[in-house]
Amino acid sequence: MAKAMAQAGKLDRRGLTDEQLVAMLRNMLLQRQLDNRGFQLNRQGKIPFALGSEGHEAAQAGAAMAFVRGKDVLAPYYRDLGLVLGCGFTPLEMLNSMFARATDRSGGRQFPNHYTNKEMGLLSISSIIAAHCPHAVGVAYAFKYRKEAGRAVLCCTGEGATSEGEWHESLNFAAVHKLPVVFFVENNNYAISTPSTMQMNVEHVSDKASGYGMPGALVDGFDPIATYAAMKEAMDRARSGGGPTLVEAMVYRYLSHSTDDDDRTYRDRVAIEEARKNDPVPMFERRLLDAGVVDEARVKALKADVLRETNEATDTAEAFPLPQAADLYKNVYEGAFEPWQ
Amino acid sequence: MAVMNNVDAVRETLHDALVNDDRTLIMGEDVGARGNVFLITKGFLEEFGPERIIDTPLAEASIVGVAIGMAMEGLRPIAEIQFADFIYPAFNQIVGEAAKTRYRSNGDYTCPLVIRTPYGGGVRGALSHSVSIEALFYHVPGLKILAPSTPADIKGLLTAAIEDPDPVLFLEHKKTYRSVKGEVPEGHYTIPIGKADIKKPGTHATVVSYGYNVHQALDAAQRLEKDGYSIEVIDLRSIRPMDKTTILASVGKTRKLLIIHEDNKFGGVGAEISAMVAEEAFFDLDAPIRRLCGPDVPAMGYALPLEEEFMISTDRMMRAMRELAEF
Repeated sequence: MAKAMAQAGKLDRRGLTDEQLVAMLRNMLLQRQLDNRGFQLNRQGKIPFALGSEGHEAAQAGAAMAFVRGKDVLAPYYRDLGLVLGCGFTPLEMLNSMFARATDRSGGRQFPNHYTNKEMGLLSISSIIAAHCPHAVGVAYAFKYRKEAGRAVLCCTGEGATSEGEWHESLNFAAVHKLPVVFFVENNNYAISTPSTMQMNVEHVSDKASGYGMPGALVDGFDPIATYAAMKEAMDRARSGGGPTLVEAMVYRYLSHSTDDDDRTYRDRVAIEEARKNDPVPMFERRLLDAGVVDEARVKALKADVLRETNEATDTAEAFPLPQAADLYKNVYEGAFEPWQ
Repeated sequence: MAVMNNVDAVRETLHDALVNDDRTLIMGEDVGARGNVFLITKGFLEEFGPERIIDTPLAEASIVGVAIGMAMEGLRPIAEIQFADFIYPAFNQIVGEAAKTRYRSNGDYTCPLVIRTPYGGGVRGALSHSVSIEALFYHVPGLKILAPSTPADIKGLLTAAIEDPDPVLFLEHKKTYRSVKGEVPEGHYTIPIGKADIKKPGTHATVVSYGYNVHQALDAAQRLEKDGYSIEVIDLRSIRPMDKTTILASVGKTRKLLIIHEDNKFGGVGAEISAMVAEEAFFDLDAPIRRLCGPDVPAMGYALPLEEEFMISTDRMMRAMRELAEF
């Protein structure tokens, strides 16, 4: 993060156009707005559960910019709001999920943040940590098997997931078969309450890459441009037959794990306040202002726009109907199915 | 019709699937150069290449997990767990992921996946090459579970499993691999999943079984014929879904039911069958439902007496059938 601070003022845009830079800022502002909305709705008693990505915005906006819509597949984890937005997921879909409406793509079955959208290339995930990683590898295998060059899979986890056997198995399988997949680890130093020092005896997840025979990269996840550059290189390597990469972005989790968690029981307030000083959202806004990519009026308009979009999505989703009790029985198998026949 | 054993039937079916559909591929431990530990996929690597016959790293969770990803992306993977005993590391991927892919995405994604695995004892496989696993999985909505016992049924049901749009756990009893032979129709055919088969008609008692036990039950029933006992033997073939219609029709006729399976008795498949018959045909019964099952110990031992005590002998089956017929 210190590096990102030092870069403020002069912008190494790594090939990104003004339009792309503004899109990243908008993504970050929208993430922040939707996160706030989830927690607000929960505190108002309107939704049972919400989960936020505050502190991950820059890393996700940057990584999402390296994702090619209509070609790549995203295997997100539950704290990937910015990534799914960057891949085309809409605030309305997010709110449909938060309100568990019939219009939600999972039909109100899934927890919020358990995105699915096959059309957009968003894999359906469970809450079992790292269980989606082998699925990402399987999709990448299909791309390679069908010789669909130019397609890659982006597989995301937090650092806690790297302790899971399935994470290890996935990297190993992908490396053996040189598959087009990038493993993106958002290291916020906490798996609910457990610090990363209790997850691993190396400083960085990316240190493990060489053990799998793949390149590893460590990026400042507070810097969306640096994250984009690292992810673009990794995704391009995957798309061109160069095999998998492990990218670790250092981020921070400003909020509790979820609305059901209270991080005051395990985290020092002072450290969070300190980290808040480097909040990636205002920091990137400042960088774009200083570089003249946007002016104050543009920023104001962007903020008004994401608030309007969030409000509209909230009102629209809230007005949608809940699923019917009979919907519980659908889509267990293809067609009607009874265990006794 | 060609006569073949169960190994040949599995091999021929897999071979046909690979020839007929290039979305099909086989993945597992030692399925390539070695051609599987029972030589089921012998020669496949040379014929279909390493992209379709994948010797995976030795890691069962990702054998199933990677296959799930392939299936979600439109391929038709056939994953192999080398021995059913080794399936435990993949439990989460099967129960938590494959079985719920369609459900949790409300049909957005599907998981047309077959997981094949050899199970069962009587081959001196000891604690970790002998277990039956069906009861651990048949509780799970979203899965289908098949355990055919003859070459013709294997071909028809494995073909159906490969063509099925949902995940199927396909169980092959090791002891039947080379000991059971039979005629197999030529060409492509499927047997509907969820249909039991009356392997021997009879009138005095119904036996419901599956896997290796079916062959012993048939042997026992035939030997009892000359003593005047007429035993009907139903081969379940499909464990989830199960064929209520065939079981109830048979019990309605014989009025007596004996369930035989090698898997442990407590909470086994027989418990569900006896509960169903008690609920739906209680007044048809002339005798209490009987179960002849594996004992409730963790597994069969390596020493012969320990294996024999676990496995159900044909003599024990004959005694149970006679007792029930005479009740």
